[in-house]
Amino acid sequence: MTRPTIGVLALQGDVREHLAALAAAGAAAGPVRRAEELAGIDGLVVPGGESTTISKLAALFGLTEPLRAAIRGGLPVYGTCAGLIMLADKILDPRSGQETFGGIDMIVRRNAFGRQNESFEAGVDVAGVEGGPVEGVFIRAPWVESVGAQVRVLAEHRGHIVAVRQGNLLATSFHPELTGDHRVHELFVSAVRAAG
Amino acid sequence: MSTTPSTGSTPETGTARVKRGMAEQLKGGVIMDVVTPEQARIAEDAGAVAVMALERVPADIRVQGGVARMSDPDMIEGIIGAVSIPVMAKSRIGHFVEAQVLQSLGVDYIDESEVLTPADEVNHSDKWAFTTPFVCGATNLGEALRRIAEGAAMIRSKGEAGTGNVVEAVRHLRQIKGEIGRLRSLDNNELFAAAKELRAPYELVKEVAELGKLPVVLFSAGGVATPADAALMRQLGAEGVFVGSGIFKSGDPAKRAAAIVRATTFFDDPKVVADASRNLGEAMVGINIDTLPESEHYAKRGW
Repeated sequence: MTRPTIGVLALQGDVREHLAALAAAGAAAGPVRRAEELAGIDGLVVPGGESTTISKLAALFGLTEPLRAAIRGGLPVYGTCAGLIMLADKILDPRSGQETFGGIDMIVRRNAFGRQNESFEAGVDVAGVEGGPVEGVFIRAPWVESVGAQVRVLAEHRGHIVAVRQGNLLATSFHPELTGDHRVHELFVSAVRAAG
Repeated sequence: MSTTPSTGSTPETGTARVKRGMAEQLKGGVIMDVVTPEQARIAEDAGAVAVMALERVPADIRVQGGVARMSDPDMIEGIIGAVSIPVMAKSRIGHFVEAQVLQSLGVDYIDESEVLTPADEVNHSDKWAFTTPFVCGATNLGEALRRIAEGAAMIRSKGEAGTGNVVEAVRHLRQIKGEIGRLRSLDNNELFAAAKELRAPYELVKEVAELGKLPVVLFSAGGVATPADAALMRQLGAEGVFVGSGIFKSGDPAKRAAAIVRATTFFDDPKVVADASRNLGEAMVGINIDTLPESEHYAKRGW
């Protein structure tokens, strides 16, 4: 699998930026909005967006259960920001009825770094990404409160966990897709290749 | 649990990337006007990506008349406290003190809006001076680029707010998209004259010609009242929609709000739009733009 096919969950959020970053990182990328489209992909990105909206739309259009099954079956998934929330087994402060896909044994706190006025950029060292810190763009970003034994912490910012990996699942609080730096997407594309 | 060293580099707030990036997260979504915390919760439950907190929806501003201003801070804070999705609020055009107040309240986006009565008939606010990002309305590409030059991090086509009539939204979005398409066809020599015609900075004109899109997110606003209206604006190239009076001036706001969200996501699937359009109860009555006196055309405010 030299050029894996990676879908971007296209219910809402910064889908186009992920498609471009995945293409630059060597994948064939396309949007995914329906359960039957999950069959044709080697990996999936859950983009940034509003986690409450993505959660509701996924449930409404019958994507939640098929995606959970795909994750249990080993589908590699990368989530950024809202995507990180969607991959968490538990949200500390969920809105009523907000359900995640889960898969990563962690508890996340939504909007943990604050509202938009507190949104920021900072360099972040990510384990497994060579060549110096990545440009971290944090927008009303969540952080990871705690992780289980199977979860590897890849990065922290000021003492808070902002990147994790568990098996084929990768998640970051920040948005590499908004920068021209594709190294985190390359890390995910290699994980997809290895899983295939 | 293993830990890795953090860089501890100094975080930088209010950058163009953080401001524009925030709007990128809203794409494909619906931003709804709300006047109470209860409406804000209905909007959030329906799947809105953000709410616009204001005292009166545009349809009521039209009926009641008078000077329309920034909303009461108590009312805005009540809405901020009620939901976890982003909260936007409106300042008058050129009223940078209202914008300063909104920033101090912690709103996530400021709409420098023609729906309120302009405070300055020459200048818009200097939006670079703020940490909070701004969205501004535009009827054409030149207007959009002037707002971006002033620091706007998101653009919405203006439409004609509070009418429930989508015709002006269509006109403005087609105008902006059409002018972008025209720039694409020009060679480098022609871009200088194009910038002059558009009354916009050359660097921005060149960027649009290269990208084939605005350098910021483009939503549509002003007159969307039905799921099909929202899907129409998406098919015409809007990256998301603002719905003002259309939801809470209708018969069943919760149902209509959820339906518009569904149609916005699956804008290219007529079956989904059809299902979303069923049994929504009464739509807002709507106004024919031709019957509005010139002074009540909000889209003509701002330049």
